Amino acid sequence: MSALLSARGLTMQFRGLLAVNAVDVDVAAGSVHGIIGPNGAGKTTFFNLISGLLRPTSGSLTLDGQDVTALPPYARTRMGLARTFQNIRMFSDMSVLENVMTGMHTRLKAPGWSALLRLPGFRAEEREARAQAMELLEFVGLADKADGRSGSLAYGEQRRLEIARALASRPRLLLLDEPAAGMNPAETRELAVLLKQLGQRDVTLLLVEHDMGFVMDLCDRITVLNFGRKIAEGGPRDIRNDSSVIEAYLGSKVAERLAKAHGA
Amino acid sequence: MAEWLDDFLFTYENLIHALGIHGLLALSMYCVMALGQLSLGQAAFMGLGAYTGALLTLKLGLPFWLVLPISALVPALVALVIGGPTLRLNGVYLAISTIALGEVLRVLYINAESLTGGALGLSGIPQKASLWLVYGLLAVCIAGFWAIGRSRIGRAMEAMREDEMAAGVMGVNLPLYKLGALIASAMLAGLAGSLAAHSNSFIGPNEYGFEAAVTILSFALLGGIGTPIAPVIGAFVLTALPELLRPLADFRLVFNGLIIVLAVLFLPRGIVPFRLRRAP
Ligand SMILES: Nc1ncnc2c1ncn2[C@@H]1O[C@H](COP(=O)(O)OP(=O)(O)O)[C@@H](O)[C@H]1O
Ligand SMILES: [Mg+2]
Repeated sequence: MSALLSARGLTMQFRGLLAVNAVDVDVAAGSVHGIIGPNGAGKTTFFNLISGLLRPTSGSLTLDGQDVTALPPYARTRMGLARTFQNIRMFSDMSVLENVMTGMHTRLKAPGWSALLRLPGFRAEEREARAQAMELLEFVGLADKADGRSGSLAYGEQRRLEIARALASRPRLLLLDEPAAGMNPAETRELAVLLKQLGQRDVTLLLVEHDMGFVMDLCDRITVLNFGRKIAEGGPRDIRNDSSVIEAYLGSKVAERLAKAHGA
Repeated sequence: MAEWLDDFLFTYENLIHALGIHGLLALSMYCVMALGQLSLGQAAFMGLGAYTGALLTLKLGLPFWLVLPISALVPALVALVIGGPTLRLNGVYLAISTIALGEVLRVLYINAESLTGGALGLSGIPQKASLWLVYGLLAVCIAGFWAIGRSRIGRAMEAMREDEMAAGVMGVNLPLYKLGALIASAMLAGLAGSLAAHSNSFIGPNEYGFEAAVTILSFALLGGIGTPIAPVIGAFVLTALPELLRPLADFRLVFNGLIIVLAVLFLPRGIVPFRLRRAP
């Protein structure tokens, strides 16, 4: 399998702090790739670099063989990248359905004047978009809330809506920043089932998650960050047994979970 | 008897003209605020349209159907020049540079005396802006914004207003949208300015300063920006109110200001708080 996304020497410095420090990562097409590491390790910063919200201090990024290091976020979205946010970022006044339709922005092609004149081509595209958005809402289990205000959804529902909205652009690579955060165990299990189905939709997943059971269960490959540096990489088995990983997590709650996942 | 009636109709007709023209100005404000930007240049763009229109009519004698689109085009070009560099920066820069534009233009109008009449302004502009034309344009623009609002463009605009970063991640070309909105708003304000010049028959260099900019902003603040009709209603209220409050004499300005403050404090979504549905 070839790399869909490659980071080479990716570095982000905030004043004195090296939040991401010379990281090399290859995300294989069709894989589920996990990024783990303690709080403040630089995982979200790494995602912000990939999605173009931050420009790296140095290093480069290629998506599907093309250098995207200097591209703004919207251009990367057009190339098949999508993401969700650790701190949910809904368009809260919009309805649940409208949020998903906003995610289709790059795929809808009817020109402005055809919207202005309400031409048949425009109307057909909008109807089709609505139908596809409803399908995605069914997929994440929110179809019955389609017309509700998205800001009024429960926390776990907002997380699932963000996933539906990100999928609306038909991404090839989907970045999920702590998708299970704040979810109860039942919700987390449902989420895992959902994400496993994405593989069948040809979506490559790159995800940050603290729930070790979740990560070990889902990921083909795992990269471990600590203080901005990549300290380990490999399959779930390798990571469980990696001494530097255990050390990085030592004393933290995550270490216990890691140990538990190890025992399981 | 006929005399007071004539007088009354004369004032009344001016007010109706002003309502329609202020409605267009409110829409020009809406156009930038709908995607979360703040421009204080709507009055400056209006002035550009007014001077362009008046000069084309007075000096070149161009027909009105040609004058109007050129009055929209000139401010659009200026918006393009200003917007290009400033829109890449933080939103505050747009507000500041549009205030500066108003001042620069004012000085220009005053000093280019042979062309613009200097401090005295231009008078004797033929009254070619019929009520039909003003309200026809207002209706077309409201319908246009309504239609655009209910498309991916409208969704992108609301997304930008709510969370610009997330909108960018959804694939919205943020600089393009900001520039497009600024240019469209400049065209609308220029159009309104030209219509005003051809309805009042007089324009002066001090009509398009900071105060006018704030007044146009207050149309949208009072009315709201949930639907395109909201700022227009805000403009109607703020234009008609001073006339209705004439008996209050000097207090009416205080009263006007009070209404805006109360609306902003207690009706953050304006007096027309509804939201346009953006899905079929
Ligand atoms: N915009 C920023 N400016 C300054 N420091 C930042 C910024 N974003 C993140 N950081 C810092 O970078 C480090 C990594 O943060 P982050 O990427 O959010 O970690 P993680 O997601 O792994 O918890 C932290 O020390 C954080 O305080
Ligand atoms: Mg994080």
